[in-house]
Amino acid sequence: MQAAQLSGGFADPARDGARAFRAILDAMARPGRIVSVAGASAPGLSDAAAAVLLTLCDADTPVHLAVPEAAAWLAFHCGAPHADKAGCAFAVGQWDALAPLDPYPVGTPDYPDRSATLVVEMASLTAEGSALTGPGIDGTANLSLPDPDALRANAVRFPLGLDLILCAGDRLACLPRSTRIGGA
Amino acid sequence: MTEYGFAYLDEPTKRMIRRALLKALAVPGYQVPFASREMPMPYGWGTGGVQVTAAILMPEDRLKVIDQGADDTTNAVSIRRFFARVAGVETTTATEDATVIQTRHRIPETPLSEGQILVYQVPIPEPLRFLEPREPETRRMHALEEYGLMHVKLYEDIARHGRVTTSYAYPVRVEGHYVMDPSPIPAFDNPKMEMDAIQLFGAGREQRIYAIPPHTKVVSLDFDDHPFEPGRAPQTCALCGAADSYLDEVVTDDAGGRMFVCSDTDFCGGRRARGLRGPGLSVAAGDVA
Repeated sequence: MQAAQLSGGFADPARDGARAFRAILDAMARPGRIVSVAGASAPGLSDAAAAVLLTLCDADTPVHLAVPEAAAWLAFHCGAPHADKAGCAFAVGQWDALAPLDPYPVGTPDYPDRSATLVVEMASLTAEGSALTGPGIDGTANLSLPDPDALRANAVRFPLGLDLILCAGDRLACLPRSTRIGGA
Repeated sequence: MTEYGFAYLDEPTKRMIRRALLKALAVPGYQVPFASREMPMPYGWGTGGVQVTAAILMPEDRLKVIDQGADDTTNAVSIRRFFARVAGVETTTATEDATVIQTRHRIPETPLSEGQILVYQVPIPEPLRFLEPREPETRRMHALEEYGLMHVKLYEDIARHGRVTTSYAYPVRVEGHYVMDPSPIPAFDNPKMEMDAIQLFGAGREQRIYAIPPHTKVVSLDFDDHPFEPGRAPQTCALCGAADSYLDEVVTDDAGGRMFVCSDTDFCGGRRARGLRGPGLSVAAGDVA
């Protein structure tokens, strides 16, 4: 076993996980807001994505991991089963590896919550670009999105659809399916 | 010596609740099923609120717990002390100092701010349950946005009584989509649900979680020609004189004497600390101050 897959977990899983979750909760409740999360690192993943996986994934969440270098780390720290795109609760990777969005579970009309969450690794994350409106946003927010057209198609399916956690370095922002995506 | 894990719940349970909370925020007003655990209080005593609070608390939080607006009733005290013990968090009765507020059946009078989270205890999460007892039916009604049954109930109130008679747990429509039960808060509190804070709802016995992000449209159901009215007793608070807070009616003797006081004890105490006073016990039965 390599040291890299054994290390990089939260030093104090209960408390660090609580703080990381509050940042993710804040970001999901306020789409477009960029927050930072600390305390985790994984080979091949941003620190933010590593923190998301430690906070939310475990033996109950099949993960579609499009980053092979992180597979052993994920197995050790989360025990999450591997899944293909159609059977996953979480999918992790760069946009080009995760797209197109068709195969992922989007929930059902009776249970829209049974949809995947995409953890998208971005080269950078800035409060510029697409104009976002909707629940959690006071007026308008701007956020650099990986593929606004595909994400508009996702938003049209509300209440079904995918929810995204965009990661870059130690920062993340969320795009729930409830957010309306305007121009730019 | 035995110690609890931080905030009592085991980590896998917290992760399960946290995943439910994130999906709930992504679909505002929709009831997410979750695997509600046994808690150290019986069902019906706030286990849903306690599970949500336990899943969101950080060591740095300051927790306030209120029951019908009061910090000092038995169950509010009991839950506050529970979290002080198992999470080591600071607790407070001051609304503006709290970062997490767990509430049974009231929204604080003091407007909440961006850094705060309001956790509601919910007995029956399904707003249609009293009209349709079957879960598969109500779930399908939400899926199809088939809310005619609820509008008929409100219409029949108006036809029989001249107004909607629902005075608490008044149904709301969230972002023009899901009809939601705001928990048994008075209808007076409904307008407060468009706020800057995050609102999370936990029903432990019924095993549902739902959420309203900040700045979300929450509209109480009504008709164009019979608009929603958030009602309150016309009196002012006998203790602090507030004319715009929700009042409790307190029976003071066995001759029909009564007084009206703020339900929100921190709000009322804060006004009295600033020197504001109401008419007191001198108000006789039936008087409107």
